[in-house]
Amino acid sequence: MGTRMTQDEQSGKRRKQGLNHQIDENLKRVYESALEEDVPDRFKDLLNRLRQQQEGGQ
Amino acid sequence: MTTEVPHDDPVASGDPRDALPTHLPALRAFAISLTGNVALADDMVQDTIVKAWTHIDSFKPGTNMRAWLFTILRNTFYSHRRKHKREQPDPEGIHAASLYEKPAHDSKLAMTDFRAAFAQLSDEHREVLLLVGASGFSTQEAAEMIGIAEGTVKSRASRARARLCALLGMEVGEHMLDGIDGSTAAVMSKSGTQAA
Repeated sequence: MGTRMTQDEQSGKRRKQGLNHQIDENLKRVYESALEEDVPDRFKDLLNRLRQQQEGGQ
Repeated sequence: MTTEVPHDDPVASGDPRDALPTHLPALRAFAISLTGNVALADDMVQDTIVKAWTHIDSFKPGTNMRAWLFTILRNTFYSHRRKHKREQPDPEGIHAASLYEKPAHDSKLAMTDFRAAFAQLSDEHREVLLLVGASGFSTQEAAEMIGIAEGTVKSRASRARARLCALLGMEVGEHMLDGIDGSTAAVMSKSGTQAA
């Protein structure tokens, strides 16, 4: 006794899990839509500059 | 140079800096989602790359490079926030509308509401949800990156979710559908309109 959840508690828990699942789905969509963007050339240029500086300094 | 190359290292050469380009999309996605501002995000990613390049010696080969880079990025973000306390991103002005046009009809409205609510969370809440909810890090990894205990990550994430629900006007047990079919749109679009 005491450890069994009532039906209300169980359905409440299920709903909460479902809600969290939906939040995570939306979070992934926020993150993934940003992930699909093309990386601007400035970053490739930056890495090239850093590489050149390093090689020039040695 | 006979250091072992971990099997999940995309680059088999000795210089971990060669792997930096492969992490750029994820770094940008984290920065954009965290700040809601592409220009600011790109500046922070640039700082992160320069710091990573010049401090590559502090990266331990064989450990998770993405986690290491995300840690640098979040530190950059927080030091930027401390310096520019007054400038808050405008929740409505999130590049949301222009950038995210993919979802069809009603789910578009839903995502706009979700993004607006997400933008209203505190930095700490956005961060923890992005790390454990979106970018696929474990609770343990997130704890190390943020510098807090695992239990704190869990409770913080739980509070952040509750806050998000409150902003979206969703109550546990109220607007939820029992049969979830992967379509987040219905719930978000119906209840999201009440968000303050």
